[in-house]
Order: sequence, then structure tokens, then C-alpha cells
Amino acid sequence: MKPVAFDYQRPASVEDAVALLQAHGRSAKLLSGGQSLGPMLNMRLVRPEVVIDLNDLLELDYVREAADVIEIGALTRHHRLATAPEILRALPLLAYAAATIGHFAIRQRGTIGGSLVHADPAAQLPLVAVTLAAEIVLRSAAGTRSIPAADFLQNVMTVDLNEDEMVVAIRFPKPSAAKAGWGMRLFSRRRGDFAIVSAAVWLRRNPDGRLADMRLGLGGVAPVPFRLHDLEDPDDEGAPGESWASDLAGQAAQRVEPEDAPGLPAVYRRELACNLLRGALTDALSLAGERHG
Amino acid sequence: MDSRHDIELSVNGDTHRISVQARRLLSDALREDCGLTGTHVGCEHGVCGACTVLIDGRPARACLTYAMQMEGHEITTIEGLGGTDGYSPLQQAMQDEHGLQCGFCTPGILVTFEAYLRDNPDPTEDEIRDVLSGNLCRCTGYENIVAAVKKAAAGMRGEPE
Repeated sequence: MKPVAFDYQRPASVEDAVALLQAHGRSAKLLSGGQSLGPMLNMRLVRPEVVIDLNDLLELDYVREAADVIEIGALTRHHRLATAPEILRALPLLAYAAATIGHFAIRQRGTIGGSLVHADPAAQLPLVAVTLAAEIVLRSAAGTRSIPAADFLQNVMTVDLNEDEMVVAIRFPKPSAAKAGWGMRLFSRRRGDFAIVSAAVWLRRNPDGRLADMRLGLGGVAPVPFRLHDLEDPDDEGAPGESWASDLAGQAAQRVEPEDAPGLPAVYRRELACNLLRGALTDALSLAGERHG
Repeated sequence: MDSRHDIELSVNGDTHRISVQARRLLSDALREDCGLTGTHVGCEHGVCGACTVLIDGRPARACLTYAMQMEGHEITTIEGLGGTDGYSPLQQAMQDEHGLQCGFCTPGILVTFEAYLRDNPDPTEDEIRDVLSGNLCRCTGYENIVAAVKKAAAGMRGEPE
């Protein structure tokens, strides 16, 4: 398994990279970590004429914390997402998600920008980007635009990215840490494989224990990960009780319409969604309870 | 597109001047162009871990890397572990614990854990198994590899056997 012959370009700046994109358009492919593109090239599922290697663009390898946002450069590797102190502190859901991607060696190379552009329906980072309402920052020779992750991800491995554009950053709004909790559960048959189904939860409780804010995300049950907006309104009836997590997870499972696939019937994915979401909700609630404030 | 490019690869401290097509995988360049056949090629799509090498000290699949990307970077392969005196502590522990049989997966496992143990000198068994999940082994059932990594880590921390 070897890739088709291609020309290799190694731009030294983002300006050079977008100029090359503008010149080559659809015949070019951007190479970041290469942990998804590499296999696709080796299997000749992708046959680019030009490969533009972004790995010299260290200006895109950063984690920048501001008052209400954490901006992450597109070339930031999964291992850094999983271990950077500012992410562990402010976006623990993202750090955990990154630590579950592939294997140790894969996480040294794979990048957040690459994962979002690749848009595998089962991938962790698109799910977390949607759940935490991240913005994707895109750059072309013409300028910069940003778009919510939920709009960026359009379909299976399909994103809102023009052929002269590249992802340069991902902006995560910094959620309030007081009485906040998160949970993420994934199921795969072998450690490091893509999850069959995954669930992500972030929530915040009021001092009296009632829910103030909640976000529920599911991956692997639709062409793109999505939030269950209509189940996110905090219940006015009081603090979550004994059956809160299983009731909510049951309602969520009724809303998903996974596809039947060989060996993976829809009913199985729905059952997984229910169980994983219940677990993530339970984890999130208990974390929110343990925090101070 | 089929043209060749003259590049310099820095592998285990040695400079190799080779001529490659842009699509030349690092795994093939190491084996065919540099003559370093300790890096094994299994699945060629990043799953089996046999071709894992260190790029600037960090483990990476050589089959998902192109030789041309590596100009200006330092590669370490299995041939670069240990020294003139013999095995590294991890290599010695693999032998002592019988952590290999056919040896096909062994170079990828060794370079991965050389890097991992440098950053994580005292891993739990679960952490060792998590890292090991990135390398397929068909002989050992993994138990002896886990034992070898534990033994190597303890030895490198200076703990008595």
C-alpha cells in the first residue's frame, strides 16, 4: 500500500500555505498529523496531485487562554490537548476526549484541526467541539471567517470548508467552573478504535443543587455529532433526583435514529446511546456536586 | 511528480543522503534507502504499530510519515536504542521477561516505551496497557510485555529487583 505519486510542498507560513491552496485548489490536500489522511493516501482513497505539509507552521501549535475563551491552534497535537494545564483546568472534557483518541503514538501526531476537518462521525473532537459550542476559524488568501462547529460539520466526512480555505484555530468558550461537571463515555470493541457510540455532557448546578445549564452531545448515531437541545432545558422541578440520569438518557435514546449496519443494528446503537449518556450524566452530576461553591 | 528529491535523513545521529520520491514512506526510506531494517512494516495504515519510530523523541508511525517531511528532524529507530555496551534497560527487561517470541512487533513496542517511560517513569499497569494497546502482538498475549515494562521502569527508577 503506497500513495500515488504527488508533488510535495512545505510552506513556512500560513500565508504561504493559503497561497498554495489558492494556486492548487481541489488537486491539493493539506497534511497535518497525517493519522487519518496517511491511511487514506496509502489505501489510495485519496489521490492528490499536491500534498501541502503544514507541520512547519508552529505558529498554529498553541493554546491561548483569554478571559472567556480558550483558543487552540489547528496544529495542536492531541497529546498536548490531553496534558496542557490550561485545558485540564478550564476544559477537562476536551482534555479527557483527547486522551481517548487512538493510541499514545497516534496522539503525538494527530491534530485538532485535522480531526475536525476529517469529520469522522465517531470521532471525539468533533463531538466535544459541538457539545461545548466551539467556533472554527478558517483562513484563505481572501481573509478569515469563523463558523460554529455544529454548522461546520455538515455530513459524514463533509465540512463547510472552501477549497482555498484551511482551519487555523478552534475557539472554545470558557464555561464557568463553579459547580460545573462533565462526563464522557465511549464504547469501542478494542481500546483505541473509533467508538461505536459516544456521549458527552457538561452541566452546572445552582447553589441549591438545581441545574443551571446543561449541554448534551451524542456521537456515532448520526452522520455528524449533535446536541440534544430540546432536552437541555434545566428542569424546574428541583434538584436532579434518583432517576434523573436514566430518565433523560431514555428520552435521548428515543430521539436518535441510527442507521442499521451489518453487525451493528440500530437498536444496538440506541441502547448504547442510552447507557453511555446515563453514565456521562451521572459522572457530570457527581463532579458538579463535589465542587466547592 | 515522479521526480526524485535528494534529502538528508538524520537517523540515530547519522546522516543518510538519499534520493526519494515525495510519496516515499519513512518506513520504506529507513528500510530500503538507509538499510535500517529493524523498523518493521506490518499493516501500512497506522494500526499495528510495528513501524513506530521516534521523531524528535516522540513516537510516530513511520508508515504515516513521508521521508521528505523528516528533513530537519531527528529520527530514532530500534537500531538507536541501547549502546555499544549492549541493551537498554528496557531491552534487557524484555529479554529477561520473555516479552517477545517472533520479534516482529518488538521494535515498535521498544521505541514507544523508551519515549513513554522517559516522561512517565512510574506508570500504573493500566497506563502501561493503554500505551501497549497501540502495538499488536500475536505471540505473547501481552502479559510478558507488561511485566517487562514494569521491571524496566522499576530498574530505571533505581529500585532493587
